[in-house]
Amino acid sequence: MTGLRFFASPRFWRGALPALSLTFVLLGVFWLQPRAMSYFGLNLLFNLAIPIALATIAQMFVIAVNDLDLSIGSFVSLVACIGATWLQETPLLGIAALLGCIAVYACLGALIYIRQLPSIVVTLGMSFVWSGCAVLLLPTPGGSAPDWIRTLVTYKPPYVPMPLIAAAALALIVHFALMRTSWGVLMRGVGGNEKAITRAGWSVLKLKMTMYALTAVFGILAGLTLVGLATSADANIALRYTLLSIAGVILGGGEFVGGRISPIGAVLGAMTLTLTASFLSFLRISPDWQIGAQGAVLIIVLALRAVVNRMEARR
Amino acid sequence: MRICQSILLATTALALTVAGIQVSAADTSDKRIALSNNYAGNSWRQAMLKSWGKNAEQAVNDGVVAAGDAFTTAENQPTEQAAQIQNLILQGYDAIVINAASPTALNGAVKEACDAGIVVVSFDGVVTEPCAWRIAVDFKKMGEIQVDYLSGRLADGGELLEIRGLAGVFVDDEIHSGIEAGVANHEKFNIAGSVHGEWTQTVAQKAVAGILPSMPEIVGVVTQGGDGYGAAQAFAAAGRPTPIIIMGNRHDELTWWKEQKDANGYETMSVSIAPGVSTLAFWVAQQILDGQDVPKELIVPFLQIDQADLEEGLANTEPGGVSNVEYSLDDAKAYLASVQ
Repeated sequence: MTGLRFFASPRFWRGALPALSLTFVLLGVFWLQPRAMSYFGLNLLFNLAIPIALATIAQMFVIAVNDLDLSIGSFVSLVACIGATWLQETPLLGIAALLGCIAVYACLGALIYIRQLPSIVVTLGMSFVWSGCAVLLLPTPGGSAPDWIRTLVTYKPPYVPMPLIAAAALALIVHFALMRTSWGVLMRGVGGNEKAITRAGWSVLKLKMTMYALTAVFGILAGLTLVGLATSADANIALRYTLLSIAGVILGGGEFVGGRISPIGAVLGAMTLTLTASFLSFLRISPDWQIGAQGAVLIIVLALRAVVNRMEARR
Repeated sequence: MRICQSILLATTALALTVAGIQVSAADTSDKRIALSNNYAGNSWRQAMLKSWGKNAEQAVNDGVVAAGDAFTTAENQPTEQAAQIQNLILQGYDAIVINAASPTALNGAVKEACDAGIVVVSFDGVVTEPCAWRIAVDFKKMGEIQVDYLSGRLADGGELLEIRGLAGVFVDDEIHSGIEAGVANHEKFNIAGSVHGEWTQTVAQKAVAGILPSMPEIVGVVTQGGDGYGAAQAFAAAGRPTPIIIMGNRHDELTWWKEQKDANGYETMSVSIAPGVSTLAFWVAQQILDGQDVPKELIVPFLQIDQADLEEGLANTEPGGVSNVEYSLDDAKAYLASVQ
């Protein structure tokens, strides 16, 4: 009896919606292109979803504290450029630069909190800074990814394709850290009720800085994975990621405010977005309509979410 | 018994050879070629896609290949195009022809395609991955010949105005370096100023009009295509004498040139790349699938219109379009023979 009630609850549907959308699109892809139903096919379908999933998780940390990062796309591009140049030629300098990036992100968190600035404005400004650095570092596209990154991203484990293992590991690790530890509760609490956290004696400043630093860490992982997959970099390689990552978080069941996020949902959301693009291209929809169709998929999923929310409100 | 066996062997060998010949001659009728294109938002790209479509349809009707589908990414981003190429691999195409969003960022996807046994030919926007073929345009030369032409026309030299393309784009850098090299070769010229015209008439006109008041007498304007007509308008509006403006094969540029030629005998030249280079890439891919030995690095000739060919060039250009040359299979074969 209790089991049945659980399946009818909005909570279940909210969590299941991202997984259902992914399954739905995946079935569509398999139906159109049976060749995709293989180790090789799944690998090709999902390997470019991994950097997007990492960028989505990065975005999720910022959204968890009620902020928005409009610079993640250019940041990932910059990391890709660092990965293909400094990290390859002078690894120490490369690592120092990446650590510097994390420090800058933490400072951004502090700046936004102390001066109470709108994060959209600060990060939009930073997006030009990151882009500028990337162009300075790599004025013309080029460079080459370090061999160890290449080996890592092209590793082919037996039975299950690497992208699926990576996605599952990413989702579970972040889920455990954010949803199952007391530390995670604090982090989400900043977005949920900042005053309560302050009254309980915690430093919101430190928490926000940590969340921004984590954004940078996952942004770096996204950039390095991307450069590994692409083999070399371009200063504009990941500009699309800003909007994709925000859409991924929302598609995965997150909310812009209130610290309501779902790491597993975010990873599934990012994969759904990538897969939708493939699905539409297999359908042979003209490119003029593809963006519209992608938008339509987003609207359908969000409309279903609204229905779930209404169910919640009725209780 | 022994004789019987050897006869049998000989016949088998003969049959195999004959079969081998037949296969290599009609090898590509079941092959499918795809075009992965990153952008369709200007007249050149539209003409490029149109040429591809017309040519591929004809080739499919003639039974030379089984398919020649064109795909354009919804957004001009390397990550989108990489995903698109991976989708094309999954769809089982035998060859993928690419006009790339980035020379390097697609290398991973291109390598995947090569590893899957797919022939990859890049053109115009070429990729650096060694396993792919490249049909490149010598943009640097395109800049150099403009200054060479001006040098032939103007014995005394003088001040030039340079109209560049879009900052930070590979093509702009290449043509610009060619122009710089040309000016270094002909010391009588000096670049008095340069503006970014973004390959668009209206932008070029505004940019030239803005810089003209601060310029000394200009004897020639070196351009990148799509900006010559705008420059001419800006000179006319400022009431300055029209210098020799190099044109870029666009219909409006050629029309203006023709008007000036009829009115006062104006002379110049026009140079750009024919969008029909997509059809050359198509046939190169087909020839590679056919088993022909094709060099990995190919340079495509650009399309130059001189004073004498102006009428013909204008007649071959659609209103709003770009002068075009399309390659047939025989043209492509002749071209490949000439480079080998």
